[in-house]
Amino acid sequence: MSGTRVLVGTRKGAFILSSNGDRRDWSVSGPHFAGWEIYHAKASPVDPDRIYVSQTSSWFGQIIQRSDDGGSSWFQPGSPDGLKTNDMGMPMGESNNFAYDTSEETGKPLTTHQWYDGSQHPWEFARVWHLEPSLDDPDTVYAGVEDAALFKTTDGGASWFELAGLRGHETGPNWAPGAGGMCLHTIVIDPNDHDRIYAAISAAGTFRSDDGGQTWKPVNNGLHSQYIPDPTAEVGHCVHRIAINPINPDVLYMQKHWDVMRSDDGGENWVEVSGNLPSDFGFPIAVHSHDPDTIYVVPIESDSLHYPPEGKLRVYRSRSGGNEWEALSNGLPQEHCYVNVLRDAMAVDEHDPCGIYFGTTGGQVYHSADEGDHWAPIVRDLPAVLSVEVQTLP
Amino acid sequence: MIRVVLPHHLKTLARVEGEITLSLDAPVTTASVLDKLEADYPMLRGTIREHQTLKRRPRVRFYADREDISHEPPDAPLPEAVVSGREPFIVIGAISGG
Repeated sequence: MSGTRVLVGTRKGAFILSSNGDRRDWSVSGPHFAGWEIYHAKASPVDPDRIYVSQTSSWFGQIIQRSDDGGSSWFQPGSPDGLKTNDMGMPMGESNNFAYDTSEETGKPLTTHQWYDGSQHPWEFARVWHLEPSLDDPDTVYAGVEDAALFKTTDGGASWFELAGLRGHETGPNWAPGAGGMCLHTIVIDPNDHDRIYAAISAAGTFRSDDGGQTWKPVNNGLHSQYIPDPTAEVGHCVHRIAINPINPDVLYMQKHWDVMRSDDGGENWVEVSGNLPSDFGFPIAVHSHDPDTIYVVPIESDSLHYPPEGKLRVYRSRSGGNEWEALSNGLPQEHCYVNVLRDAMAVDEHDPCGIYFGTTGGQVYHSADEGDHWAPIVRDLPAVLSVEVQTLP
Repeated sequence: MIRVVLPHHLKTLARVEGEITLSLDAPVTTASVLDKLEADYPMLRGTIREHQTLKRRPRVRFYADREDISHEPPDAPLPEAVVSGREPFIVIGAISGG
């Protein structure tokens, strides 16, 4: 394992941070797509040079970018060979068309969901929050979008179709937006059973499909959320992020709006493992790539105060799958630090020792090449970081 | 020839610098300008108006001959100054921070 590539999405463009397996010296490229919000960038595990990017703008909408050469060049997919629309070879322009499925065949396509004030509100596409490439096929990618729905492409991003069984679930009218909108922000594919997919929605909760995304069921038993009328309701929970144990995929971890949770049975039941954390509010959660009982969170003061407790930026590590946590602060700012770490902005590599990476709303990307014992910034002054993914290259 | 001025981000997306010129038959309307613009530069589909409804995106505005025509019917004829090429058809992002 000789290479490391970190894909960073920010409020004002994408950046690629590259190093070898030692992870000491880094080169930085970017900004790519300067000035646009890059909600997520992720590469195919089958073809590491195939990278998909969600490029968005409140003004000009959604764009999907793709690279087939590890980020050296980019294009908007959608120009099948022989079907270019003009002499300049421009793409067909459908790669940003995320149309909700309204067909009768899919059962009960919903037209409204709960709005902030409890009234019903039409489903409206805003942006792609998360792109999850297939574990088998570089042309197949799942996209989690706002307003919450799951889309899929099987042609490398040229066109997208909705897996409407999720949005058509009977609980749909009770889904509500969180502060960031009603987003499907997390997609996890079981590495042992690729038809088992988990999706997390703010604020609806976690859902699981066992048939490749055709049908779904809520898996939120054990969650307790005091900010909803029924704290143990089937849906309505503001799940911030879930992560899967790569060795035993029946084990899942969750950072909720409050509470860090664990499931040992594929999400059927959850138990709280917040233990001795200084705050169990936070956004990201990550699992060590080789020791799946080792997990990482970044506690944030509260739902009202989105910054680290005491102004000290600390990652917390549990080596026991939760409950017992230790603060990791060596190399991180320990005074006057009031940044946040967003849900998609933490990742682990597959080197040995395992490397941990996270980006902050202050524009720093920190990394540890020794499982979290020591930290250093790779870059300090990027725009606010929205997402961090890391590739371990051969 | 119809002259079209795009905002910075859409020029980057379309890989153009400066103005775009479009060749259009009469009647020249907002809809026909955008239809031709998207035909020549398909990557702009969905960025100025919605894919399905073809409605103008909320934070995009259209100016023609120094008038804001964002709320005019899309099939209304554009001013002679734009049709003749003396003035450009301007697509602009709303000024709203960030």
